[in-house]
Amino acid sequence: MRYIDEFRDPALTEALLQRIAQLMLLMPERQQLPLQIMEVCGGHTHAIFKFGLDRLLPDNLEFIHGPGCPVCVLPMGRIDSCLEIAAHPEVIFCTYGDAMRVRGRHGSLLDARRQGADIRVVYSPLDALQLAADNPQREVVFFGLGFETTMPASALTLQQARRRSLTNFSLFCQHITLIPTLRSLLQQPDVRIDGFLAPGHVSMVIGNAPYGFIAENYHKPLVVTGFEPLDILQGLLMLLEQLHAGRSAVENQYRRIVPEQGNRLAQQALAEVFCLKASSEWRGLGEIAHSGVQLTPGYAEFDAERRFHPQAQQVADDPRSRCGEVLTGRCKPDACPLFGKQCTPSNAFGALMVSSEGACAAYYQYRRETA
Amino acid sequence: MQGLIEELFLQAFANPALNAREDQACIALSELCAAGDRLAVSTDSYVIDPIFFPGGDIGKLAVCGTANDVAVSGARPRYLSCGLILEEGLPFATLARIVQSMAATAQQDGMQIVTGDTKVVPRGAADKIFINTTGFGAIPNNIDWGVHQIRQGDSIIVSGTLGDHGATILNLREGLGLASELGSDCALLAPLIAPLLNIPGVRALRDATRGGVTAVLHEFAAASGCGMEILEAALPLKPAVRGMCELLGLDALNFANEGKLVLVVAPEAEAEVLAALHQHPLGRDAAVIGHTLERQQVNVVGLFGVSRRLDLPLDEPLPRIC
Ligand code: SF4
Repeated sequence: MRYIDEFRDPALTEALLQRIAQLMLLMPERQQLPLQIMEVCGGHTHAIFKFGLDRLLPDNLEFIHGPGCPVCVLPMGRIDSCLEIAAHPEVIFCTYGDAMRVRGRHGSLLDARRQGADIRVVYSPLDALQLAADNPQREVVFFGLGFETTMPASALTLQQARRRSLTNFSLFCQHITLIPTLRSLLQQPDVRIDGFLAPGHVSMVIGNAPYGFIAENYHKPLVVTGFEPLDILQGLLMLLEQLHAGRSAVENQYRRIVPEQGNRLAQQALAEVFCLKASSEWRGLGEIAHSGVQLTPGYAEFDAERRFHPQAQQVADDPRSRCGEVLTGRCKPDACPLFGKQCTPSNAFGALMVSSEGACAAYYQYRRETA
Repeated sequence: MQGLIEELFLQAFANPALNAREDQACIALSELCAAGDRLAVSTDSYVIDPIFFPGGDIGKLAVCGTANDVAVSGARPRYLSCGLILEEGLPFATLARIVQSMAATAQQDGMQIVTGDTKVVPRGAADKIFINTTGFGAIPNNIDWGVHQIRQGDSIIVSGTLGDHGATILNLREGLGLASELGSDCALLAPLIAPLLNIPGVRALRDATRGGVTAVLHEFAAASGCGMEILEAALPLKPAVRGMCELLGLDALNFANEGKLVLVVAPEAEAEVLAALHQHPLGRDAAVIGHTLERQQVNVVGLFGVSRRLDLPLDEPLPRIC
């Protein structure tokens, strides 16, 4: 399969692994070891574990699995609000598949569907829009979640809803934005991250410039990276070369896909439809200023919260869980007392076990003892 | 209803037991006894949306699925019963097409649908059509396949490309509009299995339907006490299925198949079994995908040699957003 197999070539992988190992031996003394490299995105986490890259790399190189999985950081309270909206008999509630299993206090969307709520999995918000067109007597609500990767699709859909004068369509908005969260991570006192692998698909939309402050103000290198094993290893090598040379810059490994400036059209759509919220809750990390988005006044009529007024819900994470510490590299998933006991993928206690992209779920799936 | 029975079922399924129009089918035991010393019986109900799909329909599926469950014991499936639940308003033409498909499929391998039942329920009480089939066949005297035969160090084989049926149905049901070359592998497996009866060292067979190969490996592991280890690079996959899995973050190992066997065979039987499978069109892509281990767990070794556990999926396959 072109475009996949060429980025999984075992011989090339081996060559990159060797270069990385050699470079690690040459790391300057001032560089604390083990090196901590944060892969921000759940897609990277998944690939690293699936292909066992962490096992193939030198021991003094540690991956820290960042907060970039929109499902993992979805607060329980938001799921409760989804259930509240979906319970309206006239509502068809549409969502991406991976939000189906996340549990709120009163169960998951999957549970609610089993109990009779009209909840549908869609692959694109445009499918939900079509449902609204086909069912004029129903209210179709799309659960918009995700980072800059899924936001343009939500924005385009709302623009279309307006153009088509569909008044029975609305968005329950849980879109979040990555940059403020990275900033807040870097501001925490005992977090020591040496460099970042940033998700290529986010940069496809926003470009690479928004990461500039990480290199300039915090002097950490960052490489925008693709999702195949060779992409990740090459991105890592680029990071290590910067660290070795004592440099910090934003570099782009994923040039075959990511233009430096991102996608202007998508950016325009985002600016028209979304604006920043004062603050947003992240599961495992708490409230982070300016990290969430809401609809601009021009699109407020499509806001499901305005239409259905779900109660504002806040559910505290279990005090025993260590999700926040795992997300910031202060501990490994299996160091959490709940890991693999109370907290498993089929009974997820904490944020990072919820989605298959989450660090704890990936650890559970790929790293329980196989020897 | 009488008309339906006369016009449709008796015509389509015509065979001596059914034509006798008694309340039961009378089957000569002597015939079965000549074929073996144990009766293999299996029943399954078929509910699927959509009911017609590339490579088959719910009728063909209902015959193949049950016949295959009988056939993996080594028995040749001979007789089937068929129960239909129809939603009021189902067009006659649709039903006729399904019944013809059942008849044609059964005929293909000399099976007879000897007894049946039809119920019509109000609109909304069923989704178009549900079919239950039960199959019968005799297991030859010298054949004793099953999980109790599995030993450490055996070879694990699949009879062809994985996930074709599951991918086809997902594509249609969710309107993904992906690759037109997707088609169900729905097929009768008894002819593929028949040559294996003469090969010593065949341990256990299963058809990898719901839950896919993952489910079969877990069943094998739990019942035999042996571990299972397969190699990702060895799995036969059609490019369209693989592409769909990459795109949606799903694993073809968990997809349903309707015409694929998972076999455990003694290492010394491996070559002969593989050659026998390759001779049949349904087994063209058969491949050794792994072996059994001492420690009871199910592992998959990835492309770069790192081993990981292969867990049972929690639920129906749901695509990821990123
Ligand atoms: S094991 Fe569960 S509770 Fe513990 S850090 Fe992971 S997700 Fe959170």
